[in-house]
Amino acid sequence: MKSSRAYLNRIFEFVIEKAIFLAGILSIVFVFLIFLFLIKEGFSLFRTYSIFSFLFGTKWYPISSPPQFGIVPLLLGSVAVTLGAILIAVPLGIGSAIYIAEIAPRWLREILKATVEFLAAIPSIVLGFIGLVTLAPLVKKLFHLPTGLTALSGSIMLAFMAMPTIVSMMEDAFTAVPKSYREGALALGATRWEMIRRVLLPASASGMLAAIMLGIGRVIGETMAVLMITGNAARIPTGLTQPVRTMTATIAAEMGEAVQGGNHYFALFAIGIVLFIITFLINVTASFLVRSQRK
Amino acid sequence: MSQDDSVRMKTAIRIENFNLYYDQFRALSDVNLEICERRVTAVIGPSGCGKSTLLRAINRMNDLIEKVRVEGQIFVDEAPVYGDHVDLVALRRKVGMVFQRPNPFPLSIFENVAFGLRLHFHSSPAERMERVQKSLEEVGLWEELRDRLGGFALNLSGEQQQRLCIARAIAVRPDIILMDEPCSALDPVATQRIEELIRFLKKDYTIVIVTHNMSQAARVSDETAYFYLGKLIEMGATQKIFTAPSKKETEDYITGKFG
Repeated sequence: MKSSRAYLNRIFEFVIEKAIFLAGILSIVFVFLIFLFLIKEGFSLFRTYSIFSFLFGTKWYPISSPPQFGIVPLLLGSVAVTLGAILIAVPLGIGSAIYIAEIAPRWLREILKATVEFLAAIPSIVLGFIGLVTLAPLVKKLFHLPTGLTALSGSIMLAFMAMPTIVSMMEDAFTAVPKSYREGALALGATRWEMIRRVLLPASASGMLAAIMLGIGRVIGETMAVLMITGNAARIPTGLTQPVRTMTATIAAEMGEAVQGGNHYFALFAIGIVLFIITFLINVTASFLVRSQRK
Repeated sequence: MSQDDSVRMKTAIRIENFNLYYDQFRALSDVNLEICERRVTAVIGPSGCGKSTLLRAINRMNDLIEKVRVEGQIFVDEAPVYGDHVDLVALRRKVGMVFQRPNPFPLSIFENVAFGLRLHFHSSPAERMERVQKSLEEVGLWEELRDRLGGFALNLSGEQQQRLCIARAIAVRPDIILMDEPCSALDPVATQRIEELIRFLKKDYTIVIVTHNMSQAARVSDETAYFYLGKLIEMGATQKIFTAPSKKETEDYITGKFG
């Protein structure tokens, strides 16, 4: 009786162990398969279309004949929107992270932290929609533009999406700075601001950079809001007040009409590869920075 | 000793009817004491007796803690420490502090020592260099570190870090240095050398040192104050406190009957 119980237990253990192993390995397998599929479809483009004209071509005319798949305007569209968003989100993010971590009284700190998390919970389509009806007209009016659907509008909208990531990561980086550093600075007669500027910021520099990187990652991969609000003109932008089209928006907008197995379809996958490489590099840099902060 | 008495040392810190509360808890009660200029005063007593609290009351580091309330007054150089118009920056420039665990900033060796200089003086790079060198010389680090002032301060040994923290404190030329168990994170050899440094520094600075190590108090200090449960039990010349204390409680603690 007893031994059969032990036997059952052993089988149970074995099954559970294997099931967990399977679950763990599956996620890796899936990532790998997705990547393979992406590569396979994306690289099919280069059988008939030169990789050089893809990467450095300045015209994205997928349905003209012959079609042109130059991603430079899309890449620059993404870069413009991302840069704009980061320029807005980083100063605001640093400010609010410092306020939350260092200055706000405890009760307010908890409220602010919860609010920032809440901002992250708003679906991007909702933000995009609100931006479309409120922000775009405002931008149009303020800058006397023919349309409010510009890179700038996208940047402002995306700044709001990057803010939660940036603020909460930076806040963590600040809180991780040992109390002894603060005490040391204050005991030397530093004011609170001097302490923040001369000790807190240098001590958390890599964590702050990691926060910014992850913010960039969040912004560059964002699709729905930019699709709605940036105007979708696949031209090389010369300023933030022009309509642009990002890589993500291109894939989202054109995937439905591209003929499966055609060059246009493959080109969209190739854009996917470029995006994947960019976000991968950003995430690797960010986690490297986070690790160096902990040391 | 007779010479000390005849010259009648000047008072550097005067603590009057001082009470400190953490919320409801009374951490210090009715403390009255005077600390003489250019002497080493040790504050001893069992854990939780309020000795660190007293030290942090002098440069108002307790302000950082929520719900702290004080009564009474502390005078540094006859100027009150508590009150609405007290300039905390000036106070902390005058009263330096060295902490229990060495806490150099994650900056270069040079920048650590120059930290206070940048805060309080508009000096040229050359003057700053001179001041940094002088401070490092005083704490006995100059010879070993002169060629790597740009090195990262956190890569130094524990003893070097604590010396660096002392150099950082004296770089702004304070009158008083508060030391909160400065050797508790160091090995015996390093402790001995830091104690030598403390004895050396008293020619220029008034030093108040909190320690749980009684033999350290006996070795480095001129005066000793014994605290128990937030009260000053006895204060006097170190030699007297350790050989012929006038209070029974002091004697029990010194001889190790409790604490």
